[in-house]
Amino acid sequence: MKKSVISSFFVLFFAGCLFAQSKSDQVCLECHGDRTFTTTRDGKVVSLFVNGKSFAGSVHEEISCTGCHADVNPDELPHPEKLSKVDCASCHEKPVQHYDRSLHAQALKAGKVLAPTCVTCHTKHEILSSKNPKSRTFVMNIPSLCGQCHKEGTQVSKLVNPEERKVLSDYSESIHGEGLFKRGLIVTAVCTSCHTSHDILPHTNPASTINRNNIATTCTQCHREIEKVHLKVIRGALWEKQPNKIPVCIDCHAPHKVRRVFYDDSFPDEMCMKCHSDKELHKVVNGKSVSLYVNYDEFKTSAHTVNQCIKCHTNISKSKSPVCLNSGKVDCSICHTTQVDDYNISIHGTKHYAGDTRAPYCTDCHSKHNMQAKKNTDSPTFSRNVPELCGKCHREGKNIAIAIDESNRGIVTSYRESIHGKGLLQSGLLVTATCVNCHSSHRELPPSDPRSTINPKNIATTCAQCHLGVYEQFQNSVHSPTVTKTDKKLPVCNDCHFSHEINRVDLKDFRQSIITQCGRCHEDVSSTYFQTFHGKVSKLGEAGAAKCFDCHGSHNILPPENPKSTLSRQNIVQTCKKCHENSNRMFVGYLTHATHHNRDKYPYLFYTFWFMTILLVGTFTFFGIHTLLWLPRAYKDKKAKQLKNKRED
Amino acid sequence: MTDNNQDHNEKYYERFDAYSRFLHVLVIISFISLATTGMIIKFSGVGVFQTLSKILGGYVVTGFIHRTAAIITFIYFFLHITYLLRKKIKRGVPITSFLKGENSLVPNRRDLTEFVQTMKWFFGKASRPQYGRWTYWEKFDYFAVFWGVAVIGFSGLILWFPELFTAIGFPGWFINIATIIHSDEALLAVGFIFTVHFFNTHFRPDKFPMDTVIFTGKVAVEELKEDRPREYDLVMQSEEMQKKISNEAPSPALTKAARIFGFTALIIGIILIVLIIYSMLFLYQ
Repeated sequence: MKKSVISSFFVLFFAGCLFAQSKSDQVCLECHGDRTFTTTRDGKVVSLFVNGKSFAGSVHEEISCTGCHADVNPDELPHPEKLSKVDCASCHEKPVQHYDRSLHAQALKAGKVLAPTCVTCHTKHEILSSKNPKSRTFVMNIPSLCGQCHKEGTQVSKLVNPEERKVLSDYSESIHGEGLFKRGLIVTAVCTSCHTSHDILPHTNPASTINRNNIATTCTQCHREIEKVHLKVIRGALWEKQPNKIPVCIDCHAPHKVRRVFYDDSFPDEMCMKCHSDKELHKVVNGKSVSLYVNYDEFKTSAHTVNQCIKCHTNISKSKSPVCLNSGKVDCSICHTTQVDDYNISIHGTKHYAGDTRAPYCTDCHSKHNMQAKKNTDSPTFSRNVPELCGKCHREGKNIAIAIDESNRGIVTSYRESIHGKGLLQSGLLVTATCVNCHSSHRELPPSDPRSTINPKNIATTCAQCHLGVYEQFQNSVHSPTVTKTDKKLPVCNDCHFSHEINRVDLKDFRQSIITQCGRCHEDVSSTYFQTFHGKVSKLGEAGAAKCFDCHGSHNILPPENPKSTLSRQNIVQTCKKCHENSNRMFVGYLTHATHHNRDKYPYLFYTFWFMTILLVGTFTFFGIHTLLWLPRAYKDKKAKQLKNKRED
Repeated sequence: MTDNNQDHNEKYYERFDAYSRFLHVLVIISFISLATTGMIIKFSGVGVFQTLSKILGGYVVTGFIHRTAAIITFIYFFLHITYLLRKKIKRGVPITSFLKGENSLVPNRRDLTEFVQTMKWFFGKASRPQYGRWTYWEKFDYFAVFWGVAVIGFSGLILWFPELFTAIGFPGWFINIATIIHSDEALLAVGFIFTVHFFNTHFRPDKFPMDTVIFTGKVAVEELKEDRPREYDLVMQSEEMQKKISNEAPSPALTKAARIFGFTALIIGIILIVLIIYSMLFLYQ
C-alpha cells in the first residue's frame, strides 16, 4: 500500500518535469525553430536551425535542449552567442572514454579533418536509438555508415593499404555481409561487432579486439563452442594447452573478404625470406650442419602456396631475435589432425619418437616446402611414385630392408613384378593398389598388431576396398571365420595370393604355387593329390592340369555336402566338364585323392597294388638269382674255352 | 662271335628274317619312348625326371610321344599276329602242331628239363644244355611282352579315354585301378627288359657287350653250333633250312648301324634303370 503511494507520487513528479522541459524547449525553438536563423563564424554562414519535430522524435527528447547545452539558462535569454561544445561524456562516460583512445580520436587530435566525432555517426539533434531501424547506427545501416568513409574511393580509403581499401565491398561478399544484406539477419556480424563501436583500435594494439590474441574471443561472442566443430582441423587439447600453436580464426577465415587475406604485415613471408633465401644459411645440430635455405619459388608452386610461413611455423614471436629462434618442428597436426594421429600410432611414428633416426617424419615423404598434392603427377606421394617413395628405405639393400626379416627384403622388386605393380607401372592403372592401399598412408603397423590393416583379421577387409565381389564370396566360404569355427588358423587373402608377389591367377606361377599353399594346411589331401594323375602332372610343371581351385572353387569353396559346392552331386559333372568335355556321372567317380596305401578306405586299390608288387618282386627275385648264378658259370666257361683255344694254337 | 674281323670262309646262318628284325626295331623304339615318357610321370616328384620332362618339351610333348609310341606298339602287336597267321597258313599245319613245333615259342616239357639242367650246369653238376631255337628264358621274354602289351595296352587305353570307358559302364574308380596296373606293370616290364633281358642276351660273358643278331639277322654257323647245338643239328638235317646258310657276312655298314643303334638303346636303357632304382630307393614313397 505504502509502496504504491510512493510510486504514484514519482510518476506524477516526472510527468510534471516532462511538461516543464518541453515547455523550456518551446522557448529554445522560438528562435532555433526558424529555418532562416543563422550566424557567421570565421566568415562562414552557419545555420542555427533545429528541427523541433525531429528532436521530439529523438532519444534525447526527454532530457530537453539544456540537458546537453548545459550552459544555457532559459531564464536569461538570449544566451551568449558562443556556447561551449556539448560534452557527450557527461552522460555517455564509457563510450567517450573508448572513443578518446580510438584510432578515430587519435586522428582528430592529430588535426585530421576527416576524423569522425560523435556527431559524425550519431548526428546532433536527430539521434535515434540503435534499435530503431531508421537509425544510422541500426545494425543494418552500420556497413553503410562506416562505409561513408571506409568504402573504396573515399578520402579515408586512400590513406590505408591498397589491400584494405575494399573492406566494404569485401564485407558485402563475405558470409557476414551476405547474411546481413541478402538474408536480413540482424544477428550477423557487422563492422562494430568485431571492431567495437567506439573502441576502434589498430590490430597491432594488444587491447584491440582484432589483435591476434583477442580475435578468438571476439569471434566466439557469436561463434560459441566453435572448437567443437573444429576438432577435425585442430586438436581439441591444443585450444587450451598451446593456444599459440593454433592458427587464429582470421588465418583461415579472412576478415572482410571471404578468403586469402592474412595478417600480411605482422609476419609477412618477405620477412622470413630476407634470411631464408640465403643458400648458405644453416644451423649446427649435434655437430651437423643443417641448411635453413628455403626455395621460395618452389614453395609458391607447392600445395601449401596459399599458406604463409607463419601458418605452419606458428611458434614465432616478436620477442625473440630472430623471431623464429627455437621455433621447433612444424606440427602438421594443427591442420592434418587425423593423419598425424594415425602417424603417431604407426610403426613410423613410434620409432621416430623413440629416437630411431631411420624412421620417417611427415617431411621425409611429403618434403618440406616443396610438398605437392598427391594428385600431382610429380608428387612423390602420387600413386605411381609411391613404390619408389617407400622403396627409398624398404628396397633391398637399404637399411630398413636389412632390419626386417629375410623373406621381406625383396618386397619392392616383388611388387614391381606383381600384378599390382605391373598394373601401376606398366599398364599405367591408377586404380591399382600401391603400398599405401594395403598398409594405409599414415598408420602403417606390423601385421602382428591387431589394429594393422594387414593383420590377418583385417586383411580381407583391406583387400575388399577394391575386390569387394571376391570378398563377399569369401565371407560365405568354408575359409571364412563366420562359417567355420575353429582354433586353427583360417587362410586369408595373402595366404594364397601372397602379399607383394601377387600374381595373375590364370598364369603358370600362381597355378603351380597354389598346390603347395593349400597343402600347408590340407596336408593329407595334398599328398594324395600328388599320387593321382592331376598331381603327378602338376609336379612336372604342367600348369594346365587341374589344381585345387579348379575343382573346389577359389573364394567360394564349400564342403561337397553343400548343394552350392562345385563338387556337390548337382554340380560335379559340370565342374569336371571344364576340362573333360565328355564328363559323365560314372566318370566323376574317379578318385582324385586316392591312395593305394589305405586298405580300409580304398581296398580295391590296396589289393591291386600289392598284387602288382608281389608279381614284380617275384619276377625279379627269380631272374635275379638266375642271373647271379649264370654269371660266374658263363665266365668260367669262357675262360676255359680261351685256354683251350690257346693250347690248340 | 662278337669279333668283327670275320674269316672269309666262315659261313653264316640267317636266324631272323627281315620282317621280324624290323618288328624288333619298332619294339625297341616304342618301348624306350614309352618307358622314358612313362617313368617321367611315375616319378614326377623326382628332380631328374622333372628335368628330363623339361628337356623333352614338357608334359604335352611327352604325352604326345607316349601316345604315338603306344600306337606303334599296337601296330607291331598286330603285325606280329598277322605274321604268325601267315606262317601258319603257309605251312598248312593245324594250330596245335603249329604251337607245339620246334620253332614255336610256346613253353613245353623240354623247357622244364632244360631249366633243371641249366640249374645243374650253373652249379657245375652238368654240362651246358643243348639249347634249341628258343631257350626257356627267351620264351619267357616273348610272353612277357605279349602279356605286357595286353595288360599295359588295355589299362593305357582306359587312361587315354577315361570318359569313353566310364560312359560304357566302367566305374570311376576303375581309372584308379588302371593307373596302378599300368604303372606297376610298366615298371616290371622296364625293369625286366633293361636288366634281365639285357644280361641274358647281351651282357652274359659269351655275348658281351652286345649280340647284334637281332639287327643283322645272321649268326656265324660256328657260333650257332656252340650256342644252340640242337638248332644247329636241326638246320644240318633240313635241306630247307640249309638254304639260309651262306658265305655272305653281314655288310659292314649294316653291322655298324646295328652297333650304333644297339648301343644307343642299351645305354638309354641302363641310364633309365639306374634312375629308376635311384628314385625307388631314395625318393619314392
